Amino acid sequence: MLKLENITKRFGSVVANRRITLEVAPGEVLALLGENGAGKTTLVSILYGLYAPDEGRILLEGKEVRIPSPKAAQRLGIALVPQHPELIEAHTVAENLALGLDLPAVFSRRALVRRLRALLEGHPLGVDLEAPVARLSAGEKQRVELLRALLNRPKVLILDEPTSVLTPKEAEALFQEIQRLKAVGLSVIFISHKLDEVLAIADRIAVLRAGEKVGEVLRQEADKDLLVRLMVGRSLAPPPKVPPPREEVILEVEDLLVPRHGFPVQGVSFSLRAGEVLGIAGVAGSGQAELVQALAGLRPFRGRIRFREGPWPRDPARLFALGVAHIPEERSMGVVEGMSVAENLALRTYRRFAPGGILNHRAMEKEAEALIGRYGIRTPSPRTPVRFLSGGNVQKVILARELQVSPRLLLAMHPTYGVDVGASEEVHGRILDLVQAGSAVLLVSEDLDEILSLSHRVAALYHGRFVGPIPREEADRERLGRMMTEGRV
Amino acid sequence: MRWELEPNPTRGKVLGAYALFLLLALFLLGLIFLAYGVPPLKAYALLFSPLTDTLGLAEVARRTIPLLLIGSGLALAFRVGFFNIGAEGQLLLGAVGAAYVALFLPPGPWTLPLMFLLGGSLGAVWVGIAAWLRVRFGANEILTTLMQNYLAYYLVVYLVAGPWKGRQVFGFLYTDRFPPEAQLPRLGDTLVHWPTLVLGIAAALLLQTLLFRTPLGFEWRILGENPKAARYLGLKQGRLLLLAALSSGLLAGLSGVGEVAGIHLRLLEPAQISLGYGFTAILVAWLARGRPLGVLLTAPLLGLVLAGGDALKLALSMPFRVVDVVAGLLLLSFIGAEALSRHRLVWRR
Amino acid sequence: MEEALLRAVLFGTPILLASLGALLSERGGVVNLGVEGMMALAALAAFAVGLEAHPVLGVLAGVGVGSLLGLFLGVFAVSLRANQFVAGLALAALGLGASGLLGKRYEGVPLPNPLPEGVLAALALALAFGLHLLFFRTRFGLYLRSVGENPKAADLFGVSVDGVRYGALALGGGLIGMAGAYLSLAYRPSWTDGMTSGLGWVAIALVILAAWQPLRAVFGAYLFGLLFFLQFRLQGSVPIPSEAFAAMPYLLVILVLALSGRARAPKALGQPFDRGR
Repeated sequence: MLKLENITKRFGSVVANRRITLEVAPGEVLALLGENGAGKTTLVSILYGLYAPDEGRILLEGKEVRIPSPKAAQRLGIALVPQHPELIEAHTVAENLALGLDLPAVFSRRALVRRLRALLEGHPLGVDLEAPVARLSAGEKQRVELLRALLNRPKVLILDEPTSVLTPKEAEALFQEIQRLKAVGLSVIFISHKLDEVLAIADRIAVLRAGEKVGEVLRQEADKDLLVRLMVGRSLAPPPKVPPPREEVILEVEDLLVPRHGFPVQGVSFSLRAGEVLGIAGVAGSGQAELVQALAGLRPFRGRIRFREGPWPRDPARLFALGVAHIPEERSMGVVEGMSVAENLALRTYRRFAPGGILNHRAMEKEAEALIGRYGIRTPSPRTPVRFLSGGNVQKVILARELQVSPRLLLAMHPTYGVDVGASEEVHGRILDLVQAGSAVLLVSEDLDEILSLSHRVAALYHGRFVGPIPREEADRERLGRMMTEGRV
Repeated sequence: MRWELEPNPTRGKVLGAYALFLLLALFLLGLIFLAYGVPPLKAYALLFSPLTDTLGLAEVARRTIPLLLIGSGLALAFRVGFFNIGAEGQLLLGAVGAAYVALFLPPGPWTLPLMFLLGGSLGAVWVGIAAWLRVRFGANEILTTLMQNYLAYYLVVYLVAGPWKGRQVFGFLYTDRFPPEAQLPRLGDTLVHWPTLVLGIAAALLLQTLLFRTPLGFEWRILGENPKAARYLGLKQGRLLLLAALSSGLLAGLSGVGEVAGIHLRLLEPAQISLGYGFTAILVAWLARGRPLGVLLTAPLLGLVLAGGDALKLALSMPFRVVDVVAGLLLLSFIGAEALSRHRLVWRR
Repeated sequence: MEEALLRAVLFGTPILLASLGALLSERGGVVNLGVEGMMALAALAAFAVGLEAHPVLGVLAGVGVGSLLGLFLGVFAVSLRANQFVAGLALAALGLGASGLLGKRYEGVPLPNPLPEGVLAALALALAFGLHLLFFRTRFGLYLRSVGENPKAADLFGVSVDGVRYGALALGGGLIGMAGAYLSLAYRPSWTDGMTSGLGWVAIALVILAAWQPLRAVFGAYLFGLLFFLQFRLQGSVPIPSEAFAAMPYLLVILVLALSGRARAPKALGQPFDRGR
C-alpha cells in the first residue's frame, strides 16, 4: 500500500531521519516504536505533508507520490490522528469535522449535520455533533479526530501516540476500532513508545532510534526484552527503591477548592511528610494543572494550607524562598528561551549575583558551569541560549535550577514528559536523591508507571474531584485507572 | 517549494536579506518619487545632501537629539513588551511642562532644571495612564497611546490659541518667547542644544546598563521574553511594565523640553514642535533591536532621513510627508529582512 | 433629532466600513494596524479616478487600491511571518506619507459630481450583514474563523492558512478602501492631506468594542458617528473650547478600550503561523 524509501530529513546539523525505509500492506497494522526524540513525529510529518524530505521517495500503491501539504495527503488517502487533539475549541464538533470535507461554498448548519450523520453511518459516534469542542473530554476529542480522519475514507491511517490522552478503558475501545478498520482493509501506522500497546495491536513492529531504523520484527517474533534493547540500545535498570518517609510533616492541605473554567478542583485534603512522594494521577484536563498552579501560588484557591506548620504565602517568589520548588507543566514556562543557560539557571537566584546592585555575569557563569557538570546538561557553553538545547536538556536546566537550593517541597508536574528514556532515568534519579535527603515531593503525571514506581502514596483527580490518597502497596494500574475514570477508591 | 524555519542563519544570509530588502525599499521610494514628478536620483542626492557640509551635519545632529532620547526609552519599552506608540504625545506634554515653568514661574538658575523635571514628569504621567489601563483593564496600549497623541495635540492647540497665547503675537498661534534663563545653550550658531544631546547619550548608556547589568534589567528581560515565565517566578509584572513605560515617557517628555527650550524658545503649534519624532523613534528603537546602546547608531541614521526630508522640502517644495514614506519603507524592509533571514525556502525535487 | 440620526449614520459609515475591513482580517488572525494609511491612499486613488473618469469608477479604484495594500501587508504579516503590529504601523506611515506626497496636486480641487452618501451608507450596512453571513454560513467563513482560532489545526485539516489570510486581507482591504473612497467621493467630497484624521484608528478600536462581531460594529460605528455630529453641532454654542470637542472621540476610544480590554479575541490573533513550530 504505502512504501517509504530512504527517507532523510535534516534540521540544520541535526539529522531527524536517516535513510528510513518502511512498508505497510493493506489490512496491516505497522507499529513505529521509539523513544521520544527518535524521529517518529518527523517521519509522520513528512508522510502528512508538513515537512518535505531532503532525500528519499514515497510510493503509494506502487506509484511515486509527492505530498506537499496536508491537503495533498488527504487527497491521496492518508489520514492522521495527531498526538494532541488539534481541534478548534471555539467551534462545534460538526464545524470541526466539516473542515475535513469538500464543502459547498455556502451551507447551512443543519444540512452539514445531516450530511455528517450520513457519512459516519456505521461508525459509533460517541459524541454530540453540535456540542462545542471546548466542552469535550480529552478522550472525546480524540474520538472526533478519529472520525474526522475516517470521513474521507482513507487508505492509510496514521495514529500518533493515540493512547497518551486516553484512560485504559478508552484505549481498549480504540484498539477494538483499529481491529475493525484493519478488517476492512485499511493500512494502519501506529506510533508509540509503549511496549505493551505495540505488542497488543501491531502485526509488524519497526523500531527507530536516534533517527534511524534499527530493526523490524514480526509480532510473533517480538518480545519485550528484544524491543527494549532495540529501542534504548541497552537493557533498562530496574526502577530504584524509595526509602520510607520520615515523621516530620511538611505540607498539610485541608479541603482545598480551586475555581477553574468548567468544573472546580475540590475536596483536596492530604498531608505530606518529609521524604515522602505523593503521586497524583488523572486523565489530561481533570484539574491537575490547576491544583499544582494553586499550590505554586499562581492561582487563587479556598481552603487551608500549612507549610511546616507555618502560613502559605500566595506568591511564587516567596514560596521559593521558603523552600518550595516547582517544575511547571509546560517547559516553555520554566525557561526563557532567548536567555543563556547560565541566566536560566539563575532565574530564581539572580539577586545573589548582584551584591552591589550590579550583576556579576562571571560569577553567574561559574556557578552555572558547576550545575551543568553536576546535572549532565549538554550545552556548548553556559552562554548558549536555551533555545538551542534539546527538550531533555531544557528539563535538566529547570531541574538543576529548582533543586540547587535543596528545597523542602518539590511540586513536579510531568517531570519527564517528552524526555528520552536516558534523560528521564536521570530526572527520576535526581528526584529520588532529593527524597532521600528528606524533602517532600508532589508528583503529578499522566504516566501511571512513573507514579507507581516513585510514590509512597497515590491519589487521582476525577473531573476535579480529589480521590484518595491510598498507600502505594494497595494500588495497581487497574485500581488507579478506576480512581481516574470512576472517581472511586 | 515551501517556507521552513531556520534557527541559525549564516551571517552572509542575514546580510544578503537586509541588502535585498533595502534595495527593494529604495526602488519603491524611487517609484514614488517618479510618480510625484521628481527624478529619483536627484531626490536621493538631496536626501543624503545633509552629509556633505557642516551645516547639514548640524541639522542631522539637531534631529538626532530627540530621536536619541525617545529611541532609547522605546528600545527599553519594546523589549519589556510595552508598545508605546505615543511618544509624540509624551513629547508634547514635556513641551507643555517646560513652557509652564518658563512662562509662569519666576526665572532664575533653577528654571532649566525645573523645566526638565516638570516636562519629564508630565511625559511619564501621560504614558502612565496608558500603562495603568493596560495593567488594570488589559487595554491595548498601541491604541490608547495613539489616541493620547490626538489628545495631546488638541491640548497644545488649545493652549497656544487660548490661555497661553502670547501677548505680543497677533495672528500667530504661539506663546511669548521664553526668558533667557529658560533657553538652552547651543553649539555655535547651530541649533544643536548640546545639554539635551548629552542627556540623550547618557540615557542610552544608563538604560543599557540597567537592562543588562542589574537585577531590575534581568527581570525586565524575563518579562519581555516570556511573560509566562515571569508569572511562574512570581515577578511583579505590573510594576515592571509600569516602570519601563514610565521611563520611556519620561525620556520622551525630556525630549519635548529640549525642543522648546533649545530650538523654538516658545510653545507653538504641535506640528511645528515635533516633526513626527515619536513615530520615527519607533523605527530607531526597532532598528536597535531592543538594545538602548544601539540607538547611538540608529538615531543619527534616522536623523539623516529627517534632515534629508527637510532638504527635499526646501529644494523641491515636496511635502514633509516624504519622511513618513521613507520611515515606513525602511521599517518594512527591516522587518522583512529580519523575517526572511529566519526562514529558508525548501525546494522539492 | 432625525437630522442627528441621519448625520450619525453618514458619519459612522466610513468608520463602519474600515472597521469591518479590519475585523475581517482579525477574524483570520491577522492584526491590521495599517488601516489609517490604507484609507488615505485609497481615498486619494478614488478621488483621482473619480475626477478624471467617473466617481463610480473611483469607488472601484479605492476598493482595488485597498485590496492591493491588504495583499502588500500580507507579504509581511503572512508570508514573511513578520511582527504584524510593526508591519501595520509601517504601512500606516507609508500610506499616509505617500498619499500626502502624491495627492498634492489634487489639494483643493472640487469634485464636480460627487456620489450620494446615502447609497454608500446603505451599502455599508448591507455589507455588515453580508459579513455576518459570510462568517457563519459559508465555507470561506468557516475556514477564516478556524484559521483565526487555531491555524495549526486548520492546517492539519488541509486548510491553506496563508491562502485564507491573504483572502481576508484582500477582502478587508477592499472594505477599508471603500471607506476611503466614501470620504473623498461622497462625504467631503474633495481631497486634503490628512483627511482620514484618525478614523482608521477609531475603526481598529471599534473592532475590539464590537467583540469581532460585524453586526455589533454597526451600532458602535453609528455611536461614534453621533458623537462626531454632536461635536460639530455643539461647537460654539456652549462655553467649552472647541479643542475639547475635537478631542472627545479619541477620549471615547480610550474609554472603550478600557471597558472592553479583555474581550475574547480570536485565539491566534497577531500570531504568525509557522508549520512545525
